[in-house]
Amino acid sequence: MSGAGHRGGGVTDFSTYLGPEDTLAGRPAEGGIVGRSGLASGTGKVDGPPKVTGAAVYTADLRLPRMAHAKLLRSPHAHARILAIDAAEALAMPGVLAVLTGADLPGRHGPIPVARDETALAVDKVRYRGEPVACVAAVDEATAREALARVRVDYEPLPAVFTLDEALDPGSPAIHEHLARKAARTGRSPNVLRRVHQSFGDPDAGFAEADLVMEESYFYPGSTHVPLEPHAALAAPEPGGRLRVWTSTQNPHSVHRTIAAVLGLDPAAVRLTKPEVGGGYGGKCDTFVTELCASALALRLGRPVRLALEREEVFYAHRGRHPTRMRVKMGLKADGRITALELEALANGGAYASYGVVTAYYLGVFGTLPYRLDHYRFTATRVYTNLPPCGPKRGHGAIQPRFAIELHLDRMAHALGLDPAEVRLRNAVEPNTVTVNGLRVTSVGLRECVERVVEASGYRDKRGRLGPGRGVGLAASAYMSGALHPTYANEGPHSMVQVKVDRSGRVTILSGTADIGQGSNHMLATVVAERLGIEPADCTVVEADTDLTPVDLGSYSSRVTFMAGNAALQAAERVRKRLVSAVSAELGCDPADLVLRGRRVFVRDEPDRGVDWRRAIALAEAEAGALGAMGSYRPPRIGNRFRRQSVGPSPAYSFTAQVAEVSVDLETGEVRVEHVWCAHDLGRVLHPEIAAGQIEGCVYMGVGEALLEEQAYRDGLLRAPSLLEYRVPTVHETPAIHPILVESHDPEGPFGAKEVGEGPQLGTVPAIAAAIHDATGAWLTAPPYTPDKVLAALRRRGVR
Amino acid sequence: MSDPTRPGGSPPEPPRSRGPGRGPASEVVASFLVNGEAVRALVPATRTLLEFLRDELGLTGTKHGCDLGDCGACTVLVDGVPRLACLTLVAELEGAAVTTVEGLAADGRLSPIQDALDRHGAAQCGYCTPGIAVNLTALLAEEPHPDDAAIREVLGSNICRCTGYTRILDAAREVAGGGQ
Repeated sequence: MSGAGHRGGGVTDFSTYLGPEDTLAGRPAEGGIVGRSGLASGTGKVDGPPKVTGAAVYTADLRLPRMAHAKLLRSPHAHARILAIDAAEALAMPGVLAVLTGADLPGRHGPIPVARDETALAVDKVRYRGEPVACVAAVDEATAREALARVRVDYEPLPAVFTLDEALDPGSPAIHEHLARKAARTGRSPNVLRRVHQSFGDPDAGFAEADLVMEESYFYPGSTHVPLEPHAALAAPEPGGRLRVWTSTQNPHSVHRTIAAVLGLDPAAVRLTKPEVGGGYGGKCDTFVTELCASALALRLGRPVRLALEREEVFYAHRGRHPTRMRVKMGLKADGRITALELEALANGGAYASYGVVTAYYLGVFGTLPYRLDHYRFTATRVYTNLPPCGPKRGHGAIQPRFAIELHLDRMAHALGLDPAEVRLRNAVEPNTVTVNGLRVTSVGLRECVERVVEASGYRDKRGRLGPGRGVGLAASAYMSGALHPTYANEGPHSMVQVKVDRSGRVTILSGTADIGQGSNHMLATVVAERLGIEPADCTVVEADTDLTPVDLGSYSSRVTFMAGNAALQAAERVRKRLVSAVSAELGCDPADLVLRGRRVFVRDEPDRGVDWRRAIALAEAEAGALGAMGSYRPPRIGNRFRRQSVGPSPAYSFTAQVAEVSVDLETGEVRVEHVWCAHDLGRVLHPEIAAGQIEGCVYMGVGEALLEEQAYRDGLLRAPSLLEYRVPTVHETPAIHPILVESHDPEGPFGAKEVGEGPQLGTVPAIAAAIHDATGAWLTAPPYTPDKVLAALRRRGVR
Repeated sequence: MSDPTRPGGSPPEPPRSRGPGRGPASEVVASFLVNGEAVRALVPATRTLLEFLRDELGLTGTKHGCDLGDCGACTVLVDGVPRLACLTLVAELEGAAVTTVEGLAADGRLSPIQDALDRHGAAQCGYCTPGIAVNLTALLAEEPHPDDAAIREVLGSNICRCTGYTRILDAAREVAGGGQ
């Protein structure tokens, strides 16, 4: 269904590859984008052609015989008790098959075990406007939609909580009852999901040591992912009491487990398949009402049921960026060295936890990268409000504090008369070190990122010299390559991959990973092909089907290249050993002298002495039977240095520096981002176009958050629940994006690779904010930088 | 349709209505071409081309993104002109020639713009790609060598959330420049 590839040629140039012991780490780093303008024909991704021809199959494209359609009735209240639901009139309509309410699916779920506070449909209470209350199944979508109006729900409205201040008030009405009991004991607000406070070193001594201490407040707005494909799920009963589910998800494993838990099924009785996914960016990490209600209805009705969201509903499904109020206090020596950092972050999380416990940690933990800090403390609080739930969006939890810290650092550099680029270089974290909060840092390409982006953009020549209304700004950042600890406690690998080899020469890679457009299928094919001396086009990737593919934890926390890539590499290495053993016996040579390259296995110094790929397979099968292998990856056991250090550490960190160039219309306040140069240390380039595409996508999403996007509400009702009103950047608002690939050869990454899918977004907004300052002299501390805000700032400064 | 699992049995059936608040629907007949093949549609007057392509012809390459004409994912050609299938009624199509993304590749070979989009890595999640391929096809048919401004003008009606448009522009420029 997904990911099958039949391509000729591979774009990645591994021609300098020498032999099995000589991993890709031996190849000199080239940086930049290799061959971007001179691509030969047929060098796209393994799953490229289906996507450009319309043949790629997404969940809502699937049709099954007798397929019924489901629609959701949603709450008009932000906070209300459900007194009664009467579905009789809807059920009496011709064509209506069933109506589900919260009582039918009462099991609580949530992606983080300590905060399972959500139900498929509201039980007893609604907690945000737009929360699903009932689900109607009918023979067609129109009938289901019409029946929604005939489901009567009696509500008793309750006082609602919308803002951070309301949520933090000890007298605020409790959104979740179990927290009310706890709050009554402690005298604190009943709407705090998690408060994390950590302190390292001696921050007060650090501030005392500083030549300049500054403290300022920042606000980062909420925004939402807007995947172009609305969430959809299709479920069908299977013979033998099994259930099949197809769904648009980033985390097939987590959704598989959750469906089984909520429906009370043995997970072995559920087969979950992820078709192509039309974008996620974090927005399809949770288990959604689509999956749970389609599954329950399919079992109840004994026929397939599809539940696909409409565009407006996607905005209410949300799980987007937490609007976050922050206070940053930083100490700097006169030479720019950071002496101490203090961060306070308050995040408005909406009605349910989602990944919010993790958000609370991420808001603080990553404060110690990318700069060396000896003294650091933070307090991060994630609260409940009566708004659609926030969750993980690209750069989860790290985007907001990085914005505040980078802009703050720029302000302090400015105050001290220092070059902001030099300040970044002076503080850059060193490779093979441990941060003050215990993050083990291996490869670091930050210095090269800063130098190359400064060079490429002409930052030093441009800063302060472009004239009124034009400016440049710089920011740096770091991000994780997957989490050391899984989202639920288990001792198993985080990723497992099976490689099977057919006598035809075709190699099939089976993996529970979820390609959501980021290119993980091609990554797997590249890693395996490189190890076996064949081309990515020789590989078929079968992904994310729980009956076929071994578990992978999912596409979150930028983990897939590092973890699934390593699992694939291990599986391929095991296959390679079999091939080398059989071929060396045939040729009578030392196995160590054999090279796999160009669909051949041959003696390194005698390239004519060897066998072709199919012959090698035949020899390996003859020697020891079926040819295939499993590989797995579990992160290293890096000891926790203190309690509750489990959220945040990663086996490797990526590093980024970027420069934005903007123009600001001093009459209208309109900001245009003209260019963004973004240098990203991804360890090792596995595929230059895909890697560059991830950087471009990150910068694009950052530009949207900088200039246009805000998930805003009026009394809990979305202000912009359509693509016309919620303004994502079109081509007209998108700058020229100049990606620069920096390689630091991570010792543990597959061929040295690290993440590239999220990190490049972290610095985009602060770089733009710094550029606006360069253009106008105004420090704008709360994106999005819409004309009204910019004009107000210019007026305050007397520019207008 | 009655359902034995429902309580209380089925009341007499009222007239079928289609869509919210539209009342009983009148049906229309339209004959037109879809990717060169003759189609005769007998559909409710409210049936959109997007629904018809996806649900009745099984041409699911044309994507449903918003139903409001905002995103461009459902762009098709009607008599060579880009149209949003979600805002086009089947009833309007008598005698028209519709081309969808499935109709761009000829003899199993990618069209020049499809090939370029593929090679440049312009499709990440791929959900916007059919609409973009169709839209750029229309531009290139009308003006084989459009300048950058013309390409941008056309792309302005397609939202892509993955790529930052960079590789889509590169692909379009390559084809517009005659492959140079």
